[in-house]
Amino acid sequence: MKFIDEFRDGDLAKGLAAAIRQAARIDRDYHFMEFCGGHTHAISRYGVSDLLPRQVRMIHGPGCPVCVLPVGRIDMAIRLAREAGVIVCSYGDPLRVPASGGLSLLKAKAALGRSVSSGGGTSARGDIRMIYSSADALSIAQRNPDDQVVFLAIGFETTTPPTAVVIKQAQALGLKNFSVLCCHVLTPSAIASILESPEVRQWGTVPLDGFVGPAHVSTIIGTRPYEFFAEEYRKPVVIAGFEPLDVMQAILMLIRQVNAGRAVVENEFSRAVTRDGNRKAQQLVAEVFELRRSFAWRGLGELPYSALRIRREFAGFDAEQRFSIHYEAVADHPACECGAILRGVKRPQQCRIFGTVCTPENPIGSCMVSSEGACAAHYSFGRFADLTAAQ
Amino acid sequence: MTGVRKGYIRPLDLRQGRVDMTHGSGGRAMAQLIDELFASRLGNAYLRQGNDAAVLPMPPGRLVMSTDAHVVSPLFFPGGDIGCLAVHGTINDVAVMGATPLYLAATFILEEGFPLADLARIVDSMAAAAGDAAVPVVTGDTKVVEKGMADGVYITTTGVGVVTEGEEFSGDRARPGDRIIVSGTIGEHGMAIMAQRESIGFSAPIVSDTAALHGLIAAMRASGATIRVLRDPTRGGVATTLNEIARQSRVGMMLHESALPVQPAVAAACEFLGLDPLYVANEGKLLAIVAPGDADSLLNAMRAHPLGRRAALIGSVHQDAQHFVQMTTAFGGRRIVDWLTGEQLPRIC
Repeated sequence: MKFIDEFRDGDLAKGLAAAIRQAARIDRDYHFMEFCGGHTHAISRYGVSDLLPRQVRMIHGPGCPVCVLPVGRIDMAIRLAREAGVIVCSYGDPLRVPASGGLSLLKAKAALGRSVSSGGGTSARGDIRMIYSSADALSIAQRNPDDQVVFLAIGFETTTPPTAVVIKQAQALGLKNFSVLCCHVLTPSAIASILESPEVRQWGTVPLDGFVGPAHVSTIIGTRPYEFFAEEYRKPVVIAGFEPLDVMQAILMLIRQVNAGRAVVENEFSRAVTRDGNRKAQQLVAEVFELRRSFAWRGLGELPYSALRIRREFAGFDAEQRFSIHYEAVADHPACECGAILRGVKRPQQCRIFGTVCTPENPIGSCMVSSEGACAAHYSFGRFADLTAAQ
Repeated sequence: MTGVRKGYIRPLDLRQGRVDMTHGSGGRAMAQLIDELFASRLGNAYLRQGNDAAVLPMPPGRLVMSTDAHVVSPLFFPGGDIGCLAVHGTINDVAVMGATPLYLAATFILEEGFPLADLARIVDSMAAAAGDAAVPVVTGDTKVVEKGMADGVYITTTGVGVVTEGEEFSGDRARPGDRIIVSGTIGEHGMAIMAQRESIGFSAPIVSDTAALHGLIAAMRASGATIRVLRDPTRGGVATTLNEIARQSRVGMMLHESALPVQPAVAAACEFLGLDPLYVANEGKLLAIVAPGDADSLLNAMRAHPLGRRAALIGSVHQDAQHFVQMTTAFGGRRIVDWLTGEQLPRIC
């Protein structure tokens, strides 16, 4: 397939692997965090780790939108469907995230009351539907004028502009039955939180030599926001595409920076990312959203100015205001290590319940849900390596 | 003088008519639907017996029986429809056991309001598929449910076949060293349905591979190759089917990504939708596990048959206490090809 196969070419990969082996010094280790779940997935799916020398270690970062969504946010969506009787629309992955009381959106959907009238018709109050895009949620609202429809909007900067678009469209259409439960979060805040964590800053328990920077997020925000991290924390950042060759090229660029004692932002994904990003999308987001003072992340805790909420001008489309619902913090499962895994402190296989109690079929923590989650990626693609290592 | 003609029943309106509750009542309307719409199309001597059950001749051997419910949405898709799918699916389940499929039974659950024209089209397609396969539908049933309680039509088919004692296949016979062969390009049925649902337009649409495989299987048997396991990779795709076999046979497998036959349009559609062709349903493909020395002769026999032209050797079986199915990626790495998790493509067949 054109423009795809070129970035997955086995011969080029061999060449890059040789270049990485040559560049990596044998008297030191290199620890790089790939921020995005998209990179985590690519590394696992294509077996990139098999092509890296022993001294180059990849640490999975928190850039998986489903993984960082706290239980309390899913609970809010479930409450909307069960108690307020609304049609909640969500992308596929959040449906399986475990929520309070043994529920998930998927289980809540199955249990929603669907009373069958004697006439054979159905009268349904409250539903949960899987959608592929924010536009699907809007059209569900248009097709069901008598029902309230809420879009559970999650994700980093990549998915925020499409949410802004549907809010503006709903306003233009004068829709009274559409609103958004906004859970959009910001990448730079998460990176800052990791760099500020005691494990990285004080204790040194998480050695971190650089970042493979986000691909799609950077198409929106550009490379400029990462310059601060490179300068302030002396960590090189290489923005990389989500194809496996992109990841390997970025690793090579990181190794060269580390060897040269440099810490700057470099852009491997120049075919899609510029320094300033997508100005139009940024303006649209700024028009519809504003910063929240604080937002709870799974694993990272409450982070100041790390997420977005809907501006007052669009308050009619803010589900939190329309239905007067509030976030309540819920503790994660006590044995679940998602928090530590999201901060890079632990690897999936160091969690006691990884692969035993917690599997993709029966996820306990969010990292086992999305295919971009560190645990699911390792379970689905790489767990044979643990056994080989153990033998 | 009266204008009433004795014994006259107004024929079904196959252009404008719709299924209504009387068609499931057991009364005259139901009898008419069965006569005019089902029996006339599926007609054969056994169905015409008109009894509560069909009485059938049986060749010697062991009986093989399978049943399959079909709820595919949309009902009509490029390359087929729920009618031929219901025939092929059950014939294939019987055939991959090594049996010769003989007879089919079919049950229709119809939704009130379903257009009779669509129903006729579906039954025509079933009749054509059964005729081509020479496996008649010998008995059946219809039920009607209120509008909103079903989605158009659901079809359950049951098939019986016969196999010479000792010649049936089973999923627990793969051995280390065996080779793994797939009969052609993968993922077409699932992606034909998904492309239609998601309105993904290609210059040449992806066409479902739905087909009856017993002819191909007969040709494979005739080659004399030592076939250990046969299975059709439907829901869950090649990945899930191989995991089933690996578990049953208590072995591991290694696939080679670059050897997997995938049509470019299917690969592209999978890329758009974030799917992996290894997990996408097929309805006219089979996986064969064959003794190592017979892989080439079996491949040649398969490639000589129209349904096996793009057959390919995709991997091998080895010893593995964990029963992992693994793959060397075209990229040069290695990964697990795990069981399918969750629901990737609902209502695919």
